[in-house]
Amino acid sequence: MAQPAIKVENVSVLFNLNNEKIDNLKEYFIKLVTRKLHYNEFWALQDISFTIEKSDRVGVLGFNGAGKSTLLKVVSGVLKPTKGKVEVHGVIAPMLELGAGFDMNYSGRENIYLYGATMGYPRKYIQERYDEIVRFSELEKFIDVPVKNYSSGMKARLGFAIASAVEPEVLILDEVLSVGDAKFKKKSEQKIISMFDKGVTVLFVSHNTEQVRRICNKAIILDKGKLIAQGEVNEICDKYIELAAEKKK
Amino acid sequence: MKKYFRNFYKYRYLLYEIVRKNIKLQYRDSFLGILWTFLQPLLTTIVLVIVFGNLLGKDSSKVLNYPVYLLCGRLLYDFYSQSTKRAMRSIKNSASVIKKVYVPKYMYPLANVISTFVTFLISLIVLVLFVAYFMIFSPNKPNITPYVFLAFIPIGILFILCLGVGLILSTLEVFFKDIEYLYDVFCMLLFYVTPIVYSIEQLKLKNVWAMRIFMANPLYSIVHMFRDCVLFGQMININHLLYSLAFSLATLAVGIIIFAKKQDKFILHI
Repeated sequence: MAQPAIKVENVSVLFNLNNEKIDNLKEYFIKLVTRKLHYNEFWALQDISFTIEKSDRVGVLGFNGAGKSTLLKVVSGVLKPTKGKVEVHGVIAPMLELGAGFDMNYSGRENIYLYGATMGYPRKYIQERYDEIVRFSELEKFIDVPVKNYSSGMKARLGFAIASAVEPEVLILDEVLSVGDAKFKKKSEQKIISMFDKGVTVLFVSHNTEQVRRICNKAIILDKGKLIAQGEVNEICDKYIELAAEKKK
Repeated sequence: MKKYFRNFYKYRYLLYEIVRKNIKLQYRDSFLGILWTFLQPLLTTIVLVIVFGNLLGKDSSKVLNYPVYLLCGRLLYDFYSQSTKRAMRSIKNSASVIKKVYVPKYMYPLANVISTFVTFLISLIVLVLFVAYFMIFSPNKPNITPYVFLAFIPIGILFILCLGVGLILSTLEVFFKDIEYLYDVFCMLLFYVTPIVYSIEQLKLKNVWAMRIFMANPLYSIVHMFRDCVLFGQMININHLLYSLAFSLATLAVGIIIFAKKQDKFILHI
């Protein structure tokens, strides 16, 4: 039996919710003396465990503040969990926020290579996929324009085109399919579905149960940092809708 | 340990891309572009020669080639202050990436030191031109001997020092932004306590302790060695070599330890 693609074991994340960020010495000492440094701690994730097999597509559902983004950050290695551990086998392409790796003064062309390198891919590898990336993002005319002059939709398109062109083994999607116009949304959804044939593992965050049903085969629900349900996608989506209805009351 | 090397190997392209980006963007949109790497030290040295040449360079100017003397110190100091300042800001400036994607974070201070190093190496051409000019036209010629090839030793030591200081500063910067302002003042102080525009003999320090404080500055040792190679044509002083090398390696070790210990907390503060 092959190793699971993602294994999350008893992961907890503690945040120190200071009202303001302390970034100067004076404040630090004042707070140290007045012992206000560690008040207001908050567990964003509590004892989460689950396993994702290779080529599973898992939807992550949850209300605002449930810890969905924190979970994705932990899985992608950006955030170290306070407790527990995460194992990931395979190359991850995080699409937490498309275009986060861009340099605004760099042109689209240059950013393609920079973004590729940020994900750990060599220049040559990106070069082979360069045409495909440009074609998919539909930015042929603007590719030599600095990214600071791009619209947010253009940035997202470029980011999605790069992240999907590198053929990752694990794809982490944080509401990325909600950007861009309807046409691009459809196109990127198709692109993701076409990647399933190659056996890509997906972790997908969305509020949109329709979309989750279309893309995923499994799902989990997070609520207030706890994993409250996991299983087949339709079953979990129904449960999520029920929960949402309850909350409204 | 092996894991870290493998990770570095995997992300070496990132290092290359950031270095490339820094160099490309530094002079983008400026009219003269990369020419500024020569022009900037050339012009500042001319200003300093005019200002300090008469004040401080006077009594030694007969035996010493003051413009070359000054340029040696100036170029090394510029590399030190620019690379450490850029490294200091590098983590904060890359916050948008670090928050979203996993990357080895030390790549940012490292890349900033390397990119400044590259422009420093290009700016050494000015020094070559200066030396060539004074070899031809000046009565007090710089003494160029085969020792000039040892110049890579002080440059290498300086690189280690800058990387160490850069790692320490970039970590501090994440938690205390004040360091940015303090460090600016520190760099200005460093410019005057390092014999760049004057020589330490001119100060005629009587007090042993005052002398020791001056000598404790590793930049002094590095600049001294560099001048030995490039200007005086002497073998480098072994004491300066050992002291500055030990100091730089210790700084780098401290930098790596602090950075490694704190890097997982960066994301919560940037």
